[in-house]
Amino acid sequence: MLKNRIIPCLDVKNGRVVKGINFVDLKDAGDPVEQAKIYSDGGADEICFLDITASNENRDTIYDVVEKTSKKCFVPLTVGGGVRSVEDINKLLNCGADKVSINTAAVQNPEVVLESSKKFGSQCIVVAIDAKKNGEKWEVFTHGGRNSTGINALEFASKMEKFGAGELLVTSMDRDGTQSGYDIELMQKISSSINIPVIASGGVGNLNHLVDGIKSGASAVLAASIFHYGTYSVNEAKEYLASKGIPVRI
Amino acid sequence: MNVTIVDYNSGNISSVINSFNKVANDKVNIEVTSDLNKIKSSDKLVLPGQGSFKSCIDALNDISGLVDALNDFAMINKKPLLGVCVGLQMFANVGYEETETKGLGWISGQVSKIDNQNGKYKLPHIGWNQINIVKNSKIYNDIENNSHMYFVHSYEFVPIDKNVITATTDYSSNIVCSVEKENIFGTQFHPEKSDKIGLKIIDNFIKL
Repeated sequence: MLKNRIIPCLDVKNGRVVKGINFVDLKDAGDPVEQAKIYSDGGADEICFLDITASNENRDTIYDVVEKTSKKCFVPLTVGGGVRSVEDINKLLNCGADKVSINTAAVQNPEVVLESSKKFGSQCIVVAIDAKKNGEKWEVFTHGGRNSTGINALEFASKMEKFGAGELLVTSMDRDGTQSGYDIELMQKISSSINIPVIASGGVGNLNHLVDGIKSGASAVLAASIFHYGTYSVNEAKEYLASKGIPVRI
Repeated sequence: MNVTIVDYNSGNISSVINSFNKVANDKVNIEVTSDLNKIKSSDKLVLPGQGSFKSCIDALNDISGLVDALNDFAMINKKPLLGVCVGLQMFANVGYEETETKGLGWISGQVSKIDNQNGKYKLPHIGWNQINIVKNSKIYNDIENNSHMYFVHSYEFVPIDKNVITATTDYSSNIVCSVEKENIFGTQFHPEKSDKIGLKIIDNFIKL
């Protein structure tokens, strides 16, 4: 039976982890490679790096991070943030990323999704959708949630499936950072309207939220803070999910 | 000993290279090349594959003499070869991804889309699934039955002779997740992404 995945996400800025795990035995708390290794040794089903480097001159730092991580972690590695072109995707894959997540570029230039999924295969193309509720609908936002687009998130999800995305990483901008749980309605609506897997993101504050995320139809749940701050380990999260009857890899 | 990973522009093979280097630990020489002479003289071959069946077959055919070299290696000289993901699927006679495409024809059968039962099962089949070992295979030495492996695919290999199947996994139906025929081995899952158990499978192949 296919297991639901738990994916810890690390925010990386200028090659350093911004919000890191507070473990006493860490040699270097800002080293993304070391943190990723802790996660993969601790049972993470995948690792996600979100590059939040703002300046262009420091963009290349992520390639070095990915290259080093992929030599030490032998679980899938997804990298996103600032991915603009097919060439960016190619570079990340060559450095050892297994999947690349595309956000703003997928909205501004959907051809990037079409072209890259043809060139590299759908299995490595994740489209990250940042959505905010607006009346009865959800609207797609870009640039890390700063810019509204007027695009309906459900319609955009279907379009990305047609354009060859292998998975959708759906983040609720209303919930992100609130620790009040995923936007379950959003996850249900998107997950039931498409045939590719959905990764739920944004708002996890406790382990029940992960359970709710999977029950909403998501194939995988992504979380940052609850793992970063050592509130729960990945293994604890998995054991909790298993105790609630959710199939996980233990 | 030389283990050669066939680099034929089949997409992202960094993870395959990294995992073999990790397991080899400088005791075994890992080559990554499309050089026909190096391929012919190698002791073992790894045939990765990402993207579609058609794009991988096209990429093999784009390198002049490569398919012949692979045929010599696997079918005439009978040296060990491991196909991973689409690398395994290409063993078939024919694949139906994008359009009908002729495969290497090493193991009779076809590659067709997984039946998603009208949307009941999401495709691609992405994530960790358990393998049900149905037949002893040398690559499963010290691997427990029901171990989790990492899968990413929408198409499955359906061999005619079921005796070549060494393990299956449950997703919509019993999907073939590994085969063995004499010197030819293949896994639908990605040992290079299946954590320590995956690395053990790679180790088993290197030690064959």
